[in-house]
Amino acid sequence: MKPINRFTMTFDSRSANEGFARLVASGFAALLDPTVEELCDIKTAVSEAVTNCIVHAYPDGVGNIYISAAIYESGLFKIKIRDRGCGIEDVEKAKEPLYSSLGGERAGLGFAVMESFCDKLSVRSTLGKGTCVTLDKYIKGKALADR
Amino acid sequence: MEMITSGKCMTFFLSGEIDHHNAASIRKVIDEETDKLMPQVLVLDFSGVTFMDSSGVGLVMGRYRNVSAHGGRLEAVNLPPWCYKIMKMSGLEKIARIRMTGGKQ
Ligand SMILES: Nc1ncnc2c1ncn2[C@@H]1O[C@H](COP(=O)(O)OP(=O)(O)O)[C@@H](O)[C@H]1O
Ligand SMILES: [Mg+2]
Repeated sequence: MKPINRFTMTFDSRSANEGFARLVASGFAALLDPTVEELCDIKTAVSEAVTNCIVHAYPDGVGNIYISAAIYESGLFKIKIRDRGCGIEDVEKAKEPLYSSLGGERAGLGFAVMESFCDKLSVRSTLGKGTCVTLDKYIKGKALADR
Repeated sequence: MEMITSGKCMTFFLSGEIDHHNAASIRKVIDEETDKLMPQVLVLDFSGVTFMDSSGVGLVMGRYRNVSAHGGRLEAVNLPPWCYKIMKMSGLEKIARIRMTGGKQ
């Protein structure tokens, strides 16, 4: 399957970049003519993944966040959000709704949101090496939604 | 952020994008005001919110903990669909009033 368009970017894990990252991702996905709701789902899922890199992967400093995304003829929007941070010890546990390793005001819903707002979530993580989250979302788009 | 106090009820009108970056300053404002007045009812009005991720849910959960600690209750009102969709996932509806519509108490 060959993408019809792609982009990659690398940016600092600063919280000010959360808005920037979801804006770029949704701007790119807009090429598939999504509905407002589909665009909103993408913004939210990307915001969750990027926030996790900032909050969890690099807790004591600033590191790189790598995003690459592609869109396909089929309407598939695929985005990878990767860090070289601390990694996740138990991915299954991390994905449980309401689980958070940090106290405070983390809702523990990040992975649950990514899973329910996208068609597919996959997480690969190695302790001490980093984490890669891949999100797939099929854009049915305005053309179909209007019918 | 706009705020209205009437009797023992405090309403905060949230606006713009609620993510992890913005939640910190919203939290600070709400907590400073509610620490002073200890409202019986804390109302968070979401009508001006254009984006929200799970950090917004964490914000509501945290405020819920604070008001209930001194016997008050929390209401989240006027949630646009994109806020309601994510708020629903938290189970907060079982313990607090979460509504897509407004209305005064
Ligand atoms: N990129 C990451 N690097 C390291 N740990 C992560 C990463 N993403 C998620 N985690 C772990 O998975 C847990 C669950 O994530 P999430 O569902 O987003 O909840 P929250 O961010 O509210 O804690 C986090 O508490 C953290 O321990
Ligand atoms: Mg998270």
